[in-house]
Amino acid sequence: MENNSKNSKSPSGKWSKIIRVGWFLAIRQIKGSNKSTTFLIVFIMMLTFLNMVVVSGILVGLIEGGSIANKKQYSGDVLSTTLAGNNNIGHTNEIESTLRRMDGVGDISTRYISGGQIEANYKTRRDFSELKDIAGTQITGISVKDEDALSGISKFVTEGKFLNDSESGYIVIGKNLLHRYSEAFGDVFASLEGTYPGDEVKVTVGENTKTFIVKGIVSSKVNEVSLRAFITRQDFLRLVDKADLNANEIAVRIEPASKITAEEIKANLVKAGFTPDAKIQTATEAVPEFLNQIRVAFSLLGNIIGLIGIVVASITIFIVIFINAVTRRKYIGIMKGIGISEKAIEFSYIIQSIFYALIGGLIGMLIAYILLVPFFNTYPLNFPFSDGILVAPVNETVFKFFLLMLVTLIAGYIPARNIVKKNTLDSILGR
Amino acid sequence: MIKIKNLHKTYKTKEIETPVLRDINLEVSEGEFLGIMGKSGAGKSTLMYQIGLLDHPTSGEIVLNGKNTEQMSTEERTQMRLTELGYVFQDYALIPELTAVENVMIPLLMKGLSKIEARKISEEMLGRIGLVHRIENRPSQLSGGEQQRVSIARATAHDPKILFADEPTANLDTVSGLSIIELFQDLHKKGQTIVMVTHEEEYAKYCDRIIYLEDGKIVRETQQGKGK
Repeated sequence: MENNSKNSKSPSGKWSKIIRVGWFLAIRQIKGSNKSTTFLIVFIMMLTFLNMVVVSGILVGLIEGGSIANKKQYSGDVLSTTLAGNNNIGHTNEIESTLRRMDGVGDISTRYISGGQIEANYKTRRDFSELKDIAGTQITGISVKDEDALSGISKFVTEGKFLNDSESGYIVIGKNLLHRYSEAFGDVFASLEGTYPGDEVKVTVGENTKTFIVKGIVSSKVNEVSLRAFITRQDFLRLVDKADLNANEIAVRIEPASKITAEEIKANLVKAGFTPDAKIQTATEAVPEFLNQIRVAFSLLGNIIGLIGIVVASITIFIVIFINAVTRRKYIGIMKGIGISEKAIEFSYIIQSIFYALIGGLIGMLIAYILLVPFFNTYPLNFPFSDGILVAPVNETVFKFFLLMLVTLIAGYIPARNIVKKNTLDSILGR
Repeated sequence: MIKIKNLHKTYKTKEIETPVLRDINLEVSEGEFLGIMGKSGAGKSTLMYQIGLLDHPTSGEIVLNGKNTEQMSTEERTQMRLTELGYVFQDYALIPELTAVENVMIPLLMKGLSKIEARKISEEMLGRIGLVHRIENRPSQLSGGEQQRVSIARATAHDPKILFADEPTANLDTVSGLSIIELFQDLHKKGQTIVMVTHEEEYAKYCDRIIYLEDGKIVRETQQGKGK
């Protein structure tokens, strides 16, 4: 006993006693509390945590899904495009051969692009007062083998078949150029009315016009796929009468096993002196600006909704602890009366608050990572411009988890402190 | 052990001042069993709360064990209540969610004893007062007499220098009340200093000395033989 009273004078001994007694009281209070009330509070905390993680995760995921699709189906890891004011990428061959010599570079697709028109009803339009069935688009010449290796574009064929390098005179049209697919977008795009695989269309680029047979329709949520029309590189060069072989886009995919990063590839190209020839961007940089802006806005929105959730949860905890402490005020007074430290009693309430948030948060985390993230990866949300997934980076989730703990701790401490600091005798006597 | 000089306690509201204790002077020696008696509203419990450091007097001096308690900080007063004083309340004042043994353990844990030590001492204390079979029962599962016994075990487990009891038998039937008083008598025989507030003459006879309060003043004092 003598030793123990000596211990009490050292700050560490004092705090260890406070923690031990606080813990002892908290565990017994939790065990003695009404099971269904505890379940309800834990459930509220779980919903709060899911609200923080899932709402912003889904909102950001809608955009992230778009970014991922953009990278997979269009830009690759590094995308070189025509500089503003230029007609094409200078020294395309040199860039290509430099890329092919780089370690870790997998697939490369060189695309030739030119603005053009597709006319569908030129054969059937008997009455010249009838409007031409025309859609403006970017006619894109590709090496079918290279493009398919890079973007897997042939997998997106929804009608007919994809192109073949050995064939000529065929065109594959992005679905949003067809009225039957783009109705949902209203009159945003001028689209072709009744074009199906096998139909003949007239393609005009500048002064040149050639007829092509529609071989297939490609469907994707990436605009650069669904709003373009694809022909083979040979057909493109014949149609456009290009004097040189300089292309308009070079997309590069890094080998999956490679450790090289997109930033390193970009840096190598810059170092090789191709900056005056092309605009070189990583996939992240190549994400359309509107997607980035929506991402910021959605992220903000998600965080605001999460914040409202946190406020509601903290008020819930405040009320729960307040009612608990008020109804137990007499016993708090008695404990103080028999010499139990105020801090130990307050600590017992803090532990109770943390208990609710901890269990609720952990269940929420399990639901998010074991159930929701895999679910949305398998069944993405069908959004017009993306397949929405649930984005929940572990570091952000852990941060939100600790934020919930902190807020709950404060929300539990304040009412406990208010009741504990009341006059001991008044509390005992219920005055 | 206890020295009180010119103790005054006045409750003040905006309009009214109500003097509850007036110029109390009292000394209690070590090992003494003091009874405080008086009519309802005489100031018995208020006096005990002042001596027991549960309240602050308006003026005057309280010296416990040579320490002037009004010069002590809140933390020092709490520490003194924990280590040197013990309390038995009229309504037992046990913590409802704790079992009998846990109720006794709490002050011991706060003193810094390990859980095992605290439990061992608490079980011994409860065994000594005949509650060995009730140690895992919650207060709601105990009779009034049993609850008061647990309360006494809690108040004495840490070997306090002074034991305060505020009408410890008021809520009990005669048999239970008597058994509680006998417990106090046993403790007193072992040298425990006890200050007990009571209004029941039949239990007051166990005290060494009784002071009678009337309108906040000590009006009479009787010395008795050591516990009849």
